Amino acid sequence: MAYKIKETTCTGCSACQNECPNNAIVEKNFLFSIDPTKCTECIGFFAEPQCVAICPIPRTINPNPDVPRFQAAV
Amino acid sequence: MESGKQNVVSFLPVRQPAQKNGTGCGASGGNGKSGCGSSAGQGDLSPAVWEKVKNHPCYSEEAHHHYARMHVAVAPACNVQCNFCNRKYDCSNESRPGVVSERLLPEQAARKVLAVASTIPQMTVLGIAGPGDPLANPEKTFKTFELVAKSAPDIKLCLSTNGLMLPDHVDRIAALNIDHVTITINMVDPNVGAKIYPWVFYNHKRYTGVEASRILSERQLLGLEMLTARGILCKVNSVMIPGINDHHLVEVNKAVKARGAFLHNIMPLISAPEHGTFFGLNGQRGPTAQELKLLQDSCEGEMNMMRHCRQCRADAVGLLGEDRSAEFTTEKVMAMEVEYDLAGRQAYQETVEVKRQAVVAARNAELATLAGERSDISIMIAVATKGGGRINEHFGHAKEFQIYEVSAAGSKFVGHRRVDNYCQGGYAEEDSLETVVRAINDCRAVFVARIGSCPREGLKSAGIEPVDRFALEYIEQSAIAYFKEYLGRVRSGEVEHKQRGDADIRQGALIA
Repeated sequence: MAYKIKETTCTGCSACQNECPNNAIVEKNFLFSIDPTKCTECIGFFAEPQCVAICPIPRTINPNPDVPRFQAAV
Repeated sequence: MESGKQNVVSFLPVRQPAQKNGTGCGASGGNGKSGCGSSAGQGDLSPAVWEKVKNHPCYSEEAHHHYARMHVAVAPACNVQCNFCNRKYDCSNESRPGVVSERLLPEQAARKVLAVASTIPQMTVLGIAGPGDPLANPEKTFKTFELVAKSAPDIKLCLSTNGLMLPDHVDRIAALNIDHVTITINMVDPNVGAKIYPWVFYNHKRYTGVEASRILSERQLLGLEMLTARGILCKVNSVMIPGINDHHLVEVNKAVKARGAFLHNIMPLISAPEHGTFFGLNGQRGPTAQELKLLQDSCEGEMNMMRHCRQCRADAVGLLGEDRSAEFTTEKVMAMEVEYDLAGRQAYQETVEVKRQAVVAARNAELATLAGERSDISIMIAVATKGGGRINEHFGHAKEFQIYEVSAAGSKFVGHRRVDNYCQGGYAEEDSLETVVRAINDCRAVFVARIGSCPREGLKSAGIEPVDRFALEYIEQSAIAYFKEYLGRVRSGEVEHKQRGDADIRQGALIA
């Protein structure tokens, strides 16, 4: 499962985009979204998902239930 | 986010690292504030430092009557959560830090700076203050400064930061000749900080509780030391939060002074439920005018205090207290023909300098007539002004009043009070007048260019004398003249001198 940004509460501050180690966060017309094919939940990089850790609005970046949990390459 | 004193600013001398105590002719026993009692703008500043601040409206109380600043909102991201800030709110009728109407890319911001500088020749300062934290967006922030330095080399650059990432960027700040940095420091005790900051994001991790504030405080104070060691002027902003850090700010004042900050700006908490901030939603009140002034006065013995801060938006444009940002939206800026006329700007600024000297000369001449006066009476006067150091605003058009304290020692700017326009379509006028009375209730008189007969009577019954005989004259010269007359009236028994009550610092949205 990758992470997903809730558009209705996102303020578009771009903080998550600056922190993502996978460049998985894209902006289009001030709307931010996470590319599930690039998101690794920060596994292999950091102890906690960076977008969730810096997002100023609670419960705005959540696990994406439509995508299986990320498996680190063996 | 952003900058008196005996009448005008006399700043702390910038400390050299080797100096243990402050300099200045009156410095003694670790008190770095000069005791010269300087009343000229330069005070006991070195010529080099005075040159840096004299045209900076956010650092010099005197300059803010004559020079304008602009902020460009290129830095949306933030790495600290503050209980007085709500990033969700984005309203054009709202004027407070963290609020903007549109965000800019560095290229758009540089274009906007040129457009504003071409239209407003007194615009001398570009600041980046958010709407997040400039140093949480270092590439956008520094790119903007680089572009502006190339095309408008006479504009001074400054930034305002929470300080968390400051130590990492000090070299780049110095290399770009950014000569003013403001750090918001609300505590030096992490236990106090835990009530103000729920978390910080640092080294790829979210820290909470006391640990978050310990990291933040260490980084802020380290950054301050590193900047002052390089000769970069640092101002410290503090938000006064009654019951949380109000008494503690005296400690903050000592700590930042010891590390070389040259000016301290204690601002009232802006907190209303409709702002949606943690403090606003939880009923945390801001200070009254008297509480704020008492704290500022108690710190002033240690260090020069800034009292003219308007806590402006991260996209504000114009003189402090006015906002012309609506004239410079991205759409309008892109359509403007911009011609950057450096020589024209310099010529205009020279005429401003002549006017400014005239204000100081008039004040000093009037002050000389008070020589030998021993009375310990002091009074506060509210002034309606559009700028230029003159009483040139109609009572009903004033969106704010500037507050001066006058005594036998002279006149001193001590603050400003925001009021919504008294003239609002002719209805609810009595309520509006009550709002104004509450905002300037600690004042003996209000100086105006003109005033209608109805508010005149209302003010008189509230014990505030409306004064229009100094219309278009210089503020401080008039304040001293009024004070002399007042002393005469007290001595003749015509008026009885009594202390006035407290006043409100206005909360809520500004109706422009």
